[in-house]
Amino acid sequence: MKKILTCAVLVLAMAASAFGAGFKIGGTGPLTGGAAIYGTAAMRGAQIAVDEINASGGEIQFELRYEDDTHDAEKAVNAYNALKDWGMQVSLGSVTSKPAEATAAENFSDRIFALTPSASSAAVTEGKDNVFQMCFVDPNQGTASAQYIASKNLAKKVAIIWKNDDVYSKGIRDTFVEKAPEVGLEVVSETTFADGNDTDFSVQLTEAKEKGAELVFLPMYYQPASLILAQAQAMGYAPKWFGVDGMDGILTMEGFDKALAEGVMLLTPFNADAKDEKTQKFVAEYQKRFGEIPNQFAADGYDCVYAYCQALAQAKATPDMDAEALCPKMIEQFTTMTFNGVTGENVKWAANGEVTKDPKGMVIKDGAYVGLD
Amino acid sequence: MMTMKRLINLKRAEARRIYLTYAVVIIAYVVCQIMSSTKFFSSSMRGMLVPICAYMVMAVSLNLVVGILGELSLGHAGFMSVGAFAGVTSAILMQGTITNAPVRLALAMIIAAIFAAIAGFLIGIPVLRLKGDYLAIVTLAFGEIIKSILNNFYLGVDSQGLHFSMLSDTTRLLKGGRLIIRGPMGISGIQKIATFPAGFVLLMIALMIVFNLVNSRSGRAFMAIRDDRIAAESIGLDITKYKMMAFVMSAAIAGAAGALFAMNYSTIVANKFDFNTSILILVFVVLGGQGNMLGGIIAAAVLTILPEKLRQFSEYRMLLYAVVLIVMMLATNNAEIRAFLSGLNPFRRKEEAE
Amino acid sequence: MIFLNYFISGISLGSIYAIIALGYTMVYGIAKMLNFAHGDVIMVGGYVCFYAVSRYGLNPFLGVAVAMLLCTILGIIVERLAYKPLRQAPSLAVLITAIGMSYFLQNTALLLWSSNPKVFPSIIGRGAFKLFDGALSVSHVTVLTIATCLVIMVVLSLFIGKTRLGKAMRACSEDKGAAQLMGINVNATISMTFAIGSGLAAIAGALLCSAYPTLMPTTGALPGIKAFTAAVFGGIGSVPGAFLGGLMLGVIEIFAKAYISSQLSDAVVFAVLIVVLLVKPAGLLGRMTQEKV
Repeated sequence: MKKILTCAVLVLAMAASAFGAGFKIGGTGPLTGGAAIYGTAAMRGAQIAVDEINASGGEIQFELRYEDDTHDAEKAVNAYNALKDWGMQVSLGSVTSKPAEATAAENFSDRIFALTPSASSAAVTEGKDNVFQMCFVDPNQGTASAQYIASKNLAKKVAIIWKNDDVYSKGIRDTFVEKAPEVGLEVVSETTFADGNDTDFSVQLTEAKEKGAELVFLPMYYQPASLILAQAQAMGYAPKWFGVDGMDGILTMEGFDKALAEGVMLLTPFNADAKDEKTQKFVAEYQKRFGEIPNQFAADGYDCVYAYCQALAQAKATPDMDAEALCPKMIEQFTTMTFNGVTGENVKWAANGEVTKDPKGMVIKDGAYVGLD
Repeated sequence: MMTMKRLINLKRAEARRIYLTYAVVIIAYVVCQIMSSTKFFSSSMRGMLVPICAYMVMAVSLNLVVGILGELSLGHAGFMSVGAFAGVTSAILMQGTITNAPVRLALAMIIAAIFAAIAGFLIGIPVLRLKGDYLAIVTLAFGEIIKSILNNFYLGVDSQGLHFSMLSDTTRLLKGGRLIIRGPMGISGIQKIATFPAGFVLLMIALMIVFNLVNSRSGRAFMAIRDDRIAAESIGLDITKYKMMAFVMSAAIAGAAGALFAMNYSTIVANKFDFNTSILILVFVVLGGQGNMLGGIIAAAVLTILPEKLRQFSEYRMLLYAVVLIVMMLATNNAEIRAFLSGLNPFRRKEEAE
Repeated sequence: MIFLNYFISGISLGSIYAIIALGYTMVYGIAKMLNFAHGDVIMVGGYVCFYAVSRYGLNPFLGVAVAMLLCTILGIIVERLAYKPLRQAPSLAVLITAIGMSYFLQNTALLLWSSNPKVFPSIIGRGAFKLFDGALSVSHVTVLTIATCLVIMVVLSLFIGKTRLGKAMRACSEDKGAAQLMGINVNATISMTFAIGSGLAAIAGALLCSAYPTLMPTTGALPGIKAFTAAVFGGIGSVPGAFLGGLMLGVIEIFAKAYISSQLSDAVVFAVLIVVLLVKPAGLLGRMTQEKV
């Protein structure tokens, strides 16, 4: 099945290049190694969008290429250069934060416009006029989470468990801790984990429990979070859980006992169970192709391509323009346009590349997301 | 008389090998430089020139420990890490005062080498008391400790000077200050001042240092220790002193390479220099032949370019890389395959006939 | 009471390290080779067990048996293709080949089973024994892991001590050349060692994933390194040493997290390892070999 798909994609790609009518759009992400879940998801989401757009036969056609960066800045720059050699006209940056920081610097100096699906650290866009983000910035997530917890009166005493060697986790933790006292939250326990000791969370959970935390904030991806939930249940510890967008995907893990995630709250821009037509179409197609439910990375990849489609059409851009000519047009479009996608309605971008969209508060009920508001 | 002659011949062969190494490096540099400036090189190749140089220097550095001294180090990326962070930090601090980029790069690399040498000395004190696999695991442990410390280290600068803290950022910088090392977020916004010529110069310097060391009194002591430690000890060689010397020298070279590497990217994190990177460098050395500098240098180039050239195989890329690595190890180390290959090589046969 | 709770967590984590370390130490003790692909064989064992149980509805213990069988076959194939041709080569060459094999297994797993983490169904459920009215709890998995470790240790010791093949293994470990002269088929003996080591890896995989239930292609890599550290800690090559080293490493790691700093726990663990090796250069239970002059 996979082979047939690859062939189909290849044929499509060849067909597109034969007509020479497509914009070359490229991105890097971890397709192998420990972070491969994220890169693969973003690539697949983007691929579905490209195929849909090409099949609709409109003015704008795309050729997509994703290169593996193994979640490493050095390899990401190599991958970026390979895409440049291929003739990339607009870029999808990199999927994860640190590699994206490195490629964004290249995007800036080469004047190739970039819209990263999911690299959320503030340093990615800082000081670069042509690098934009599709996801929330980490600092915003930390602040928004603290505000949300306080305004809904979810808890007063909060414990945080974060990943000590991860830019994403650290970024959210920093602003959360900064914002917490302002809104009347008390951080009673702060513990960490890192690659290599990310299996046993008994100490972190015991400390949170001993210090009387009513809510545990988990700024991390869903894989360690699933372990934390399981171990807390084994300990008989049942605080409120609050996650961020990286938590999305926890329900799609094969074999995951959804009862463990009952009552977990998270701020996420994407909800695979949403009832709107756009999301349902995307989720159905993703499931048909890959046998999995898409997570937020896939949705971000999907939205990026549609955002490009809209921007290129509005700018009346043609595929024969080179990257340097497209760059100012894209900057102009992205700072002025409003976009509706599966990760949010009325999405706008600021001049510094940060996105403004409303994070949706979700709670997991009976194994599915339900809006919190 | 016979032995004398053989010794002189040996010396000549050694000298030939050294000159060959220099010649290959210089020719390769000139060719790459020409190809790169005439746009014959793809962006992909151009982008890899500096990291390849850094890896080559790392291979030379580790070869000193593994090939010449005969001790296995599994934490060499730790020295690269110390050098990278020290070098980049000093380069950032010098940005205002030294505007000439190559000078700043050179100074940063020297500072990086000094810091890495200090780390090498401190680590060498316990490490060199151990032997064999136990020494290897302790170097691995130090590599992990360095990574762990740097992931929790914060360093900032403001008008009052340098401030640092561990675990969390309590530097309390004044307004206008800059937090340079930000724990797990590493260093961001690095000015990319590393260049290919700088990498070439560093490689040549590293080679000169190592070759001079190897062919000096100390170098003969290293090899005596490697070949028979007890015999070396019995003729009164101070083993710890010589081992320490090689270890510190190797760490210093690795530190300079780390600084070169880091300043080729806009961002650097401690996790980059983990166990996998240490292993990667070890692969260069073993594949190139222990003690063979040129071999290690070539292996570094081949194994850095290879995964890039395999991109056309998309998802099968890293799988193929693993297969190629295993096949290369088998081809260079299995006696039967080697005999078969050298039978195919006309030059080799002639050399043997000579 | 918290102290005791931490201690039990440490033992749980340590028992997992111990069972992985047993495989490492056995292969090292006899073949004198660091098999860095061991952690990845564990991962394969975990996946086989996962599919056997959750896709084909097999009894968990039958699933482990299937995983053992397949991992043993895998171990033999890996050994035949990659390690056997290098019997005469320097030990570093074999080390690098093992690392190549580790990459190979990880990337094959990535292609076969995708990068999406799978949640492993515990082979004996997630229950726990409660002591002192629930103030302390020891999970069933931990008890099973320690029991398995003990059984494996006893069986291995008996096997190596009493059987013909075991004696042949010891002979190979002492002196390959002399063993050959005594009519022992050294090649076959070493291959057998790998087969047994891989079978043990399958058991370790099932237990690792039962205790910490997410399964990814990289699942075996990092615990593999930790377990290798544990094996050295206890004295590499020594079977009881691997068990002791694993347990101690687990306890030290948890205590370091709890009482020093969760951020620096890895640094503390490795620092303790260094100190131990300086005091006892061959590990806790390792044998110091006297060099002959």
